[in-house]
Amino acid sequence: MSAPLRQHLIDPEICIRCNTCEETCPINAVTHNEDNYVVDAAICNACLDCISPCPTGAIDNWRTVREPYSLEEQFEWDELPEQEELELDAGGDTEEAREEEVQDLLDQAHAGAGGQVRPPASAAKPSINLYSRSEPALATVAGNFRITQQDSQSDIRHIVLDFGNQSFPVLEGQSIGVIPPGVDARGRPHHVRLYSVASPRDGERPNHNNLSLTVKREVTQVDGVEHPGVASSYLCDLKKGDQVQVTGPFGNSFLMPNDPEAKIIMICTGTGSAPFRAMTERRRRRRRRESEGEILLFFGARTPAELPYFGPLMKLPDSLIVKELCFSRLADKPKEYVQDRMLKRTEAVAALLKDTRTHVYICGLKGMESGVKEALESICRGEGLDWQSLSAEMRDTGRFHVETY
Amino acid sequence: MDALHVSYDDLIPNNVNLSGDRRLQRALEAWHPGYIDWWKTMGPEGFMDSEVYLRTAVSVEPKGWAKFGYVKMPEYRWGILLAPQEEDRKIPFGQHKGEPAWQEVPGEYRSMLRRLIVIQGDTEPASVEQQRHLGKTCPSLYDLRNLFQVNVEEGRHLWAMVYLLQKHFGRDGREEAEALLTRRSGDADRPRLLGAFNEATPDWLSFFMFTYFTDRDGKMQLEALAQSGFDPLSRTTRFMLTEEAHHMFVGESGISRIVQRTCEAMKAAGIEDPYEIDKVRALGVIDLPTLQKKANFHYAVTLDLFGAEVSTNAANAFNAGLKGRFQETKIEDDHQLVNETYPVLRHEGGGFKMVDEPALSALNARLRDDYERDAAGGVKRWNKVIQKIGIDFTLELPHVAFNRQVGTFSDLQATPAGEIVSEAEWEKRQGEWLPAKDDLAYIDSLMQPVNEPGGYADWIASPKVGIDGKPGDFEYVKIYG
Repeated sequence: MSAPLRQHLIDPEICIRCNTCEETCPINAVTHNEDNYVVDAAICNACLDCISPCPTGAIDNWRTVREPYSLEEQFEWDELPEQEELELDAGGDTEEAREEEVQDLLDQAHAGAGGQVRPPASAAKPSINLYSRSEPALATVAGNFRITQQDSQSDIRHIVLDFGNQSFPVLEGQSIGVIPPGVDARGRPHHVRLYSVASPRDGERPNHNNLSLTVKREVTQVDGVEHPGVASSYLCDLKKGDQVQVTGPFGNSFLMPNDPEAKIIMICTGTGSAPFRAMTERRRRRRRRESEGEILLFFGARTPAELPYFGPLMKLPDSLIVKELCFSRLADKPKEYVQDRMLKRTEAVAALLKDTRTHVYICGLKGMESGVKEALESICRGEGLDWQSLSAEMRDTGRFHVETY
Repeated sequence: MDALHVSYDDLIPNNVNLSGDRRLQRALEAWHPGYIDWWKTMGPEGFMDSEVYLRTAVSVEPKGWAKFGYVKMPEYRWGILLAPQEEDRKIPFGQHKGEPAWQEVPGEYRSMLRRLIVIQGDTEPASVEQQRHLGKTCPSLYDLRNLFQVNVEEGRHLWAMVYLLQKHFGRDGREEAEALLTRRSGDADRPRLLGAFNEATPDWLSFFMFTYFTDRDGKMQLEALAQSGFDPLSRTTRFMLTEEAHHMFVGESGISRIVQRTCEAMKAAGIEDPYEIDKVRALGVIDLPTLQKKANFHYAVTLDLFGAEVSTNAANAFNAGLKGRFQETKIEDDHQLVNETYPVLRHEGGGFKMVDEPALSALNARLRDDYERDAAGGVKRWNKVIQKIGIDFTLELPHVAFNRQVGTFSDLQATPAGEIVSEAEWEKRQGEWLPAKDDLAYIDSLMQPVNEPGGYADWIASPKVGIDGKPGDFEYVKIYG
């Protein structure tokens, strides 16, 4: 069975055949006959160039399909077909809810961007929803390494999953779902958990069918009793060779720009660094010259010992990525959060914000959002910019992304 | 700032490096106060202080040229925006075909080129003038906003033509730019240059018909100019076309919504026969036969804009490489038309027949044929709406010889079906084909404003999707005062 595709379609009831989309499309994916304007699924790469010039809104329609609608079919349409229920999702009512639940998780995570977010203009086209609870992929654990120091309080793991002969294509910034085995106290299957992929699209090891996750062992204290997190404990305790049920991939907006000249500001705490490790590694592997788009990273943790990937990160040259690491629990220093460091780097941040090639990503705990936004507002004010309108513009052009949980 | 981004620091937003050309900047800045005066006196009446949710072009890149926000119309940033320059562009047709496209006006074609630009430029303020009273009777805030969007973009198109005149035509260019502000639509002494642009646009049905049929002529003309060997004209008109698409949308969807509302009301009232006009009108909607008459009128008036079928002027402009054909670069021929012929419909011996004419002379006829095909598309969509609701009626474009004042058919009378009739017969029956006084009075009686967000007049359906994805009750215009 072929992987589902998110097909770009034009609503023939609303379209007025003005030819703007055909004129705008940089790769000639749009064509027409006497009746309809249509998109060739074999050519369209979902760059979204045609979306904003369309005067009618007819252009912004999408269907997830097993087999794309052919041009001939589309030419015949008087109206758009309904979204078909794909077999993939057809596992009864509970299954539907489960997949909606994934969407809910993503919606919550991306809410901080403040509106409908588009992918970066030059982002590659993501595959999504290839595997579901009723048809999960089965991954094999290829490695599980602690990446925070043994004596630190925080147990963060770098877990490598291998997909064998199953196709599981991911892009930097996408997430996968993990289904912990067994049932909860009330006998129901566990909820799915989403984890950002920490490796680039060509694999944790280049050209291997694997990917990595950054997972923190969660422990909640209730009345002095420690309750280990179901999914994180399951993952952190995995041994090499264990098998894991995986769904996804998920996410089609929090993606990196393919354009090597694009500049990136990354702001994260803790395991929020996972997508940024993926993006940075992608850049590192593809690097051709020193002058490619800069990356400015603000990364917060309690101590260096608790900062995931601290060692490897420090080895990356400044010409690839400028690292602003800040710590909130150093014995001899006042607390410093990412927003504090951003304000100290006002000039650098402002220069980047003024550049229309710059993409801003925020990833980490929900709690970081307000402080970071205040810092951005303050930096903008000092430069006579308005963060409110700038962020809206950046969001509309796929250059402002938030994923917090 | 690079060429793809508009410089908002200047009085006049532009992507043509205006600040690097002091002479031109001064000329445009001198013209600007007159333009604002014109807008305030001849632009939308009674809404100068309203906040309108408009889109403004901030750059010509696909992702940057449509920025939405509330703005007072006199404060709209009318800019000068040219589509990005194509490297090594060659003149695509005519006797200079294959030579590098001109970046400066070729001396031998100066006056011909100026004339083309002035005629195009004159239509832009004309339609704003024609539509200036419509705001008072808008069927919804959504439609009001669309009217104003059309208006400000026509204003911007005037700017675009004025830029070309002032940048490339020296003193007489400046004089022509001034004259564009002094002619008035329908004025007996100083009329606009083309007939259709001196007709009144008294009601919203006329407005939708005008944007569907007459603005579509604008689209065809712009398409032909976008092929021009004079590169600044080509780039200017290419960007204008993206905005023109919105005008097409307003017209096509406007009529479609009226058709939908009428058919739904008929169905609900159990009226099967579309010709039971009194019964249909009693429902407060516009009967389909009247819509047909309005379409007949606007289509015929617009066909006149294409000029004489066989024309030396059109041949000269093509030969000179100044004005091409619709989608010139997609046509497969020699693009010089030296020995080609083109079939043109002629009146002969009491009937019509196709006559082969030299293709070069028949360019107006060809563009009109392209227009006919383009205009038929929307009519087909309207009919689908009628069919879907289940009313037995078909809207049709009238025959090209119907009610013509310009060209080969102006000396005869023909029915919409293309049957030639005597003057006497025409006089007797024209009320069957063109809106009569009582039709117009009925339409006029429906023109009552609906100003609350999300409300629509009873004679028009609400749109399927909002502008910029806005919800149904979005306040597209904050009217005030």
